Amino acid sequence: MELVPQGININFVKRMKIAVAASVAMIVISVLSLMIHGGPNLGIDFAGGTLVQVQFDEKVPVNDVRDALKSVDLGKSVIQQFGASGDNEFLIKTERSSSELEDISTAIEKGLDAQFGADHFDVRRVEVVGPKVGAEMREKGFLAIIYAMAGILVYITWRFQLRYAIGAILALAHDVTITVGIFSLLGKEFTLPVIAALLTIIGYSLNDTIVVYDRMRENIRTARRRDLSEIINASLNQTLSRTLLTSLTTLIVVLALFILGGAVIHDFTFALLVGIVVGTYSSIFVASPTVLAWESIIPAKKKRK
Amino acid sequence: MFDKNIKIRGIIILVIVLAAVVYVTPSITDSLPAFWTSFLPKDKINLGLDLQGGMHLALEVDTDKAVESAVERLSNSLKETLMDERVRFRNLTRTGGAKISLDLVDEESQRIFRNVVDEQFANLVIRSQDIVDGREHVILQLTEDAAEKIKKFAVDQSLETIRNRVDQFGVTEPDIIPQGERRIVIQLPGIKDPQRAINLIGKTALLEFKLVDEEHSVDEALKGSVPSGSEILYGERVDPTSKRSMKIPYLLKKNTLLTGENLEDAQVKIGSRFGEPYVAIKFDPQGARDFERITAENVKKRLAIVLDNVVHSAPVIQERIPGGNAQITGSFTMEEARDLAIVLRAGALPAPVHILEKQTVGPSLGQDSIDKGLMSIIVGSILVIIFMILYYKISGIIANIALVLNIVLILGILAAFRATLTLPGIAGIVLTIGMAVDANVLIFERIREETRLGKPPRAAVASGYSKALITIVDANITTLIAAVVLFQFGTGPVKGFAVTLSIGILCSMFTAIFVTRAIYDYFIWHRKINRLSV
Repeated sequence: MELVPQGININFVKRMKIAVAASVAMIVISVLSLMIHGGPNLGIDFAGGTLVQVQFDEKVPVNDVRDALKSVDLGKSVIQQFGASGDNEFLIKTERSSSELEDISTAIEKGLDAQFGADHFDVRRVEVVGPKVGAEMREKGFLAIIYAMAGILVYITWRFQLRYAIGAILALAHDVTITVGIFSLLGKEFTLPVIAALLTIIGYSLNDTIVVYDRMRENIRTARRRDLSEIINASLNQTLSRTLLTSLTTLIVVLALFILGGAVIHDFTFALLVGIVVGTYSSIFVASPTVLAWESIIPAKKKRK
Repeated sequence: MFDKNIKIRGIIILVIVLAAVVYVTPSITDSLPAFWTSFLPKDKINLGLDLQGGMHLALEVDTDKAVESAVERLSNSLKETLMDERVRFRNLTRTGGAKISLDLVDEESQRIFRNVVDEQFANLVIRSQDIVDGREHVILQLTEDAAEKIKKFAVDQSLETIRNRVDQFGVTEPDIIPQGERRIVIQLPGIKDPQRAINLIGKTALLEFKLVDEEHSVDEALKGSVPSGSEILYGERVDPTSKRSMKIPYLLKKNTLLTGENLEDAQVKIGSRFGEPYVAIKFDPQGARDFERITAENVKKRLAIVLDNVVHSAPVIQERIPGGNAQITGSFTMEEARDLAIVLRAGALPAPVHILEKQTVGPSLGQDSIDKGLMSIIVGSILVIIFMILYYKISGIIANIALVLNIVLILGILAAFRATLTLPGIAGIVLTIGMAVDANVLIFERIREETRLGKPPRAAVASGYSKALITIVDANITTLIAAVVLFQFGTGPVKGFAVTLSIGILCSMFTAIFVTRAIYDYFIWHRKINRLSV
């Protein structure tokens, strides 16, 4: 079985202009969305606050839950359905973690108890993050992404050349921005696992990019006369079947996770899903054009690795 | 020549796989035969709190308060010493949190005062001195060193006390670790009543015995004129008919006569009259003597029992009580009495602790997550296996063997190194399944290419592997970099993800490069096949 016919020769380079335009458009949309929403939607891991996941033993309308908690001083809060509709689960999120008297999570439990009776609901999960810890996580999360990118820049410069590294970093920045933008468009929250997904995407997208680069390096070494854009085209075509295959198999498993993995890691797997698709695209249409563009601005010396 | 090579490689692979299986088995079955438990590993894979249920707590010790308390004690001590030395001073009080201020009346006093501070209070240093209204106004504070020592001691002692309390609470395998300068991280797996645990851990539990000020009126004090040397503290009482809790003011003499430090033991007992639980406390020898003296001197007066600045009860002293036994009664439930006994036995926290972060996962959600995670692994694997066979035929089967081996190896390493498996960690395993295929794909595509160029199986395989090797290493190292960064920065569940991802990548490199090659070589050299099925 072959997904990609032998001897295929798609002219990727010709389509690069359109691709770059599409990428730029997506990035602009992402940035706009972030600006409109005032930054990314930070979950309590980063903004501090309380999260209580409750499951009722029978169907309960969301407004009843809201009523039960009226007496609790929640501050800004969100009460939403969680998971499949048959689960009768709700997520109660507030921006405050504690009041003078007690932990908000305790106050929430008491409020629910008063309205529904302790036998009729089960507190499945509680997360309370104080403001100090939230601020620390924001800083750490941001630094983590910077460190990862820096480490990767160094590694690729060492293994290939600077121009390749720049292409790779641009592709990564492209992937991260668009994934964050999509999250912002859909109003999804950024929690620690989502940052984990982003870092994974960074690592994974790089896989693809490196496979293409490797091929380019090999082709440049063996066919000195050809011009760079021809080499890039050839490399992309040669690696196309592998790129599509790996993305396909990885997508299959992430889809399995997305559908079967449950609501707790839903956002996490969604980020992975988006990231894999965008990452594959960027390996073909962002990393390589950068190398090409760089070449036209700063031609490489004759002697190559 | 290649014969030996295959045998050795085969044996290496077999040994590694067996080792992994041995480590994984305890997690699959509960009934292990006797010979197994004596020398083979028998621990299940360590499950994270999000899979087994439990509570994670991050506390911060209020070291500033610890310093304030120390300064308070020092100021009392200084007052006594200055009085002994006949230094004439006024208004010695603790001010601004952790400083002591006083006014010295005349030059003689100023001189003796400085001597006393130099010789007997090495921890204090004079911060400022001004002449105000003809008197010298001095402000003292702790030296940097002394303050640091107190802070460190407060954290160490808090750690010790909390360990003590959690020990008595009876949680299996609690984890109590200091973090940074003044944080304590506590993990309580499988805990059923997280709120009770928090109350137990966070309670300062400062027990104090103070005399009720019978000479002045409570109501007068409430209106605003609290006599010097006394203070107002409140007690709680639940009205039996209306079930509402009311606050009752007490006017107490500030001076603390005895504290919980003098306690030797505290036990829960049942009262004979109404069957109500109470806590029977026993003072140590010094405490017992003090208690006897206090009760002897204050018969018919009321002695208030104060816990964390809340008046628990204020019974009348009927007679002199020798022997150091006393009771703390009140409307306790059995649990409340038991918990009070625990904190009294374990001792008071030297400073209050604040909860910075709390995560509780109920056991039902934990089990749910395990089930969903397992289902994802199984379904994901099956889909990939089917696809690989369809696309690469027999080579696909070889890749599938590597895949299954991968999963076993990952689990084995997790068990062997006692690493923790979390829900994102399971996602990491699933992700590895998809990504591991990549290494195989790289090799197979190369082999296909080489075969198309006309090379015989032997050469195609050798060429395929060697050309793909560099790419595989490069690509996987970058994902590893990301995983390592994630490991450093992540906490709890996310750390688990970084761990399984890293292990997964390493295992997949091993199986793709070493194991599948061995299988190919076996077929090529031993079975001498002429055509590759790829």
